[in-house]
Amino acid sequence: MSNLQSQDYIRISATTTTPPSARNFEDQVAKLIDVTRCIGCKACQAACMEWNNLRDEVGEFHGTYDNPLDLDPHTWTVMKFTEYEDDKGDLEWLIRKDGCMHCEDPGCLKACPAPGAIVQYANGIVDFISENCIGCGYCVKGCPFDIPRISEVDHKSYKCTLCSDRVAVSLEPACVKACPTGAIMFGSKKDMTDWAGDRIVDLKSRGFENAGLYDPPGVQGTHVMYVLHHADKPQIYAGLPENPKISATVEFWKGLIKPVALAGIAAAAISGFLHWVIAGPNEVQPEDEEEAKRVLKENNFPEDEGPHRAEHQT
Amino acid sequence: MASLAPTFGRGAMTNTWQDIKNANLVIVMGGNAAEAHPCGFKWVIEAKIENAAKLIVVDPRFTRTASVADYYAPIRPGSDIAFLSGVIRYLLEKDQIQHEYVRAYTNASLIVKDGYGFEDGLFSGYDHEKGQYDKSSWDYELDEQGFAKVDDTWENPRCVMNLLKTHVSRYTPEMVSRITGTPQDKFLHICEMIAETAAPDKAMTSLFALGWTQHSVGSQNIRTMAMVQLLLGNIGIAGGGMNALRGHSNIQGLTDVGLLSNLMPGYMTLAADHEVTFDDYMKTRLFKPLRPGQTSYWQNYKKFFVSFQKSIYGDAATAENNWAYDWLPKLDIPLYDVIKAFEMMNQGEMTGYICQGFNPQQAFPDRGKIRRGLSKLKFLVTMDPLDTETSRFWEDFGPQNPAVSADIQTEVFQLPTTCFAEENGSLVNSARWLQWHWKAAEPPGDAKSDIWIMSGIFHRMRELYRKEGGAFPDPILNLTWKYTDPTDPDPEELAKDMNGRARTDLKDATGAVVTKAGMLLDGFGQLRDDGTTESGCWIFSGCWTEKGNQMARRDASDPREQGIAPNWAWAWPANRRILYNRASADVAGNPWNPAKPVIQWNGTKWVGIDVPDYGPTVKPSDSVGPFIMNAEGVGRLFARDQMVEGPFPEHYEPLESPAINVLHPKVQSNPAVRVFADDRADFGKPSEFPYVATTYRLTEHFHFWTKHARINSILQPQEFVEIGEVLAHEKGIAQNSWVRVASKRGFVVCKAYVTKRIKPLIVDGNPTHVIGVPLHWGFTGQAKKGYGANTLTPSVGDANTQTPEFKAFLVNVESVNGPLV
Repeated sequence: MSNLQSQDYIRISATTTTPPSARNFEDQVAKLIDVTRCIGCKACQAACMEWNNLRDEVGEFHGTYDNPLDLDPHTWTVMKFTEYEDDKGDLEWLIRKDGCMHCEDPGCLKACPAPGAIVQYANGIVDFISENCIGCGYCVKGCPFDIPRISEVDHKSYKCTLCSDRVAVSLEPACVKACPTGAIMFGSKKDMTDWAGDRIVDLKSRGFENAGLYDPPGVQGTHVMYVLHHADKPQIYAGLPENPKISATVEFWKGLIKPVALAGIAAAAISGFLHWVIAGPNEVQPEDEEEAKRVLKENNFPEDEGPHRAEHQT
Repeated sequence: MASLAPTFGRGAMTNTWQDIKNANLVIVMGGNAAEAHPCGFKWVIEAKIENAAKLIVVDPRFTRTASVADYYAPIRPGSDIAFLSGVIRYLLEKDQIQHEYVRAYTNASLIVKDGYGFEDGLFSGYDHEKGQYDKSSWDYELDEQGFAKVDDTWENPRCVMNLLKTHVSRYTPEMVSRITGTPQDKFLHICEMIAETAAPDKAMTSLFALGWTQHSVGSQNIRTMAMVQLLLGNIGIAGGGMNALRGHSNIQGLTDVGLLSNLMPGYMTLAADHEVTFDDYMKTRLFKPLRPGQTSYWQNYKKFFVSFQKSIYGDAATAENNWAYDWLPKLDIPLYDVIKAFEMMNQGEMTGYICQGFNPQQAFPDRGKIRRGLSKLKFLVTMDPLDTETSRFWEDFGPQNPAVSADIQTEVFQLPTTCFAEENGSLVNSARWLQWHWKAAEPPGDAKSDIWIMSGIFHRMRELYRKEGGAFPDPILNLTWKYTDPTDPDPEELAKDMNGRARTDLKDATGAVVTKAGMLLDGFGQLRDDGTTESGCWIFSGCWTEKGNQMARRDASDPREQGIAPNWAWAWPANRRILYNRASADVAGNPWNPAKPVIQWNGTKWVGIDVPDYGPTVKPSDSVGPFIMNAEGVGRLFARDQMVEGPFPEHYEPLESPAINVLHPKVQSNPAVRVFADDRADFGKPSEFPYVATTYRLTEHFHFWTKHARINSILQPQEFVEIGEVLAHEKGIAQNSWVRVASKRGFVVCKAYVTKRIKPLIVDGNPTHVIGVPLHWGFTGQAKKGYGANTLTPSVGDANTQTPEFKAFLVNVESVNGPLV
């Protein structure tokens, strides 16, 4: 959300400066969301609003307990409720807290053309430094989880910060603090992974044979992980992607021809800023998308379906 | 309260929140703990994770509690007694009860007198004219000394155990399923899980709330499970108990201090009209033991009563004037409850109403009747921190409150009050803890504390009585009022009044002074019936002693890490955390479950992690029962005359039901229920209103308060009802479309949530649909305007407590166009 400078960056968008490495004793952190002990009370949503001073409009009922219906610039986390019937017809009400997954390999950051608008701290948290954001929407394209939301008011991109401001002073994220059943936990990535292992043993003993940890390798793991009863079918949890990875178009631009592209992107960032000043926000336009696909095709790269926009389910 | 006290002796949650983690099995039925008590529910999760506990949920809807359950079964609203009576039958038939416990700690062996009977849905003694029972046959056969006769062999056909067996024999799995709609296999699976906790070292905890109380048979719903728990030996032990999760912060405190119209503080009862003299009053409050050597702690009633009278009347209450007995009000009917009050308003018999911290326009049944009642008042005073619907009942808010202001003459005084965070004080939680809290913020605007307002009314009334006399000024003129600032007594001063103090030097048998005059008492054990002590609420005695404010203690240390932190706040009675904890040990005083002992006999006294709910040096060989408040010393499977509709629970249909009572069609619903004629005329028939509706809370809101808060309103913004997919398909109702839900009393137009979580139940061969009606919306506040669930609900209450039947009534539903914006 803002540049607190209290932790070292290990990655900065659209920048080639070597990251500082002197403070090398930083633990990798993780938030573990145990979906199997979540009661969907939304205390996490309330705490997120309170800590971050966010207040959405009072909305409407939409035929679901999901309120607000989806993430938006004022809603950085939202409970997604899914009524799921298994093959035997037994009902489960799956409740997943949706929000930024804080990928180890962050697609948003890789896609971002604005220098310093997206950073990754040494502890793994991926943060948006809003004053540097140009509202271009490339982060939306780069995110395999469909998380960032661009404000139509200030043309900035917003998402969960993992309470980087709290974590920087050794407090747990607000949602963790508020969770009454301990379904949201926070600590070192190792401790959280170990604890998830214990939970999975318990779940298997209760008949959930496919219980498991969601820490998808396609993005080199995440700093927000889920314990799922059905880790073999993450998509039943309101469209959690089965194998998320950064869109090939983004990888193409940021990986393969990065050195060549950098100059162009920097130029694009500056012109984008001017464009924003003159004509409003720049966004990923269909023609940009087409252009990227064309380049991919000509170079024989597999085309992917792009970011997974979670279909709303009830 | 009205079911636990008749069974165990006290009307309160038996165990404590943290203790839930000790359970092997948690059953949530008649409540929805994850949604309505999300913070306390952490202990259920703890039990699952740390104690490998299983969680069962039985509910008409697949709730958020069900979402984390190990086993879920649906049930038709209003059929819980049939389900649980079937469980009792199963336990007795399979002989899966804790024999030693049942024999020693329940009244299973006591012999019931000739004359008691049950036939075709009615117990002996029913008066069809009055719709009431003569309960004299519902009692034990007594010997020459006045003690109940006993048959420990359970061979006597009239011992409680055999009468119970006969009574529940009709509740076969087939019959249970026919009445409740719960599939037989699911019912039997739950019976098996429950039966496992009959083992002495296994515990089941029952977590329930308003899903049981808000029925015309509410008290008996709870009693049935209380009986199951006695048979399993699950009362008094760690991880067991009947845990009444309160619907309101401090609602336990409300009954503790006697705010019901028939109560006095500490569960003493107000006199009836026919109890003209103090002797008449005390004659039925002697509580002579019904078995030799039993504690029967209520034998001390007179000490509590006299100390209370001294607390409110001081020097004016004397032995000569029978401790000012004549100044207390006497009841001409059993209870002046809220349903009765609004009936009286509608009949023009009650013309003024002081409505303190209460919003009946939304919170009580049949909103139309509530509005009509308020409209007939001369004056209405509301005291509330929020702009309640009750304060604005006279204002036209459109279809959600179609009042014609010009036709309403009621003068409304809307007094803004402080909320809990703006004042010092204590709250009593479900687990009977009195927890002190400190003022966190200044109240906004002109808000004043309830104490300041009530003191002002008192002083002005007393002045009027002084000047003008009046019919009976003594009770008002003689009240003591010795506070530093008489216009605004400190909560601290009031708390000390409740605790009590010595009025003169208290001496022991040798004549030595043990407590000096004016000193705060250590506990109710020091109360006397000679006017030398005073205490405003005897069960609270010990909360503020010479050692200071015990309610303000915040030491969380838990010696055995077993969920008992004796130095955190203070619990009534006497800081006990698990009631009836003598029953956690066997007859010889050894813990049933050595891994989780509560108290045990060490050869000279009772020791353990909790304060013994028992004489601390009473030897196990003395055969004193663990239920010390009961005159027989044991838990009651047979409730004697303590319940208005019978000593055993019986399934009666809700007043509005889609089904015939298949057990006894001639006695369809609770025969002892009180129904006013105009309310009866407003009951709907299944031909017109074919669906069962039930009302409830959602986690995102607290009653009608939090719709005034922005965040809560964002999280659950708008009124809706929940309708199963099958019914929605039948009625052509689309997801998120507008529907009109109507009962005989009114209608609600709101959004439909079409869900897989409510499925039709087959009741007596007929598919029965349930519609869920969350209750939080109204016409004031920040959320979208709504009608409120109580537009639909019937004005009838539980036969014992008059708690309204919010949980089972009839409606119709149809698809409609949305309101014009």
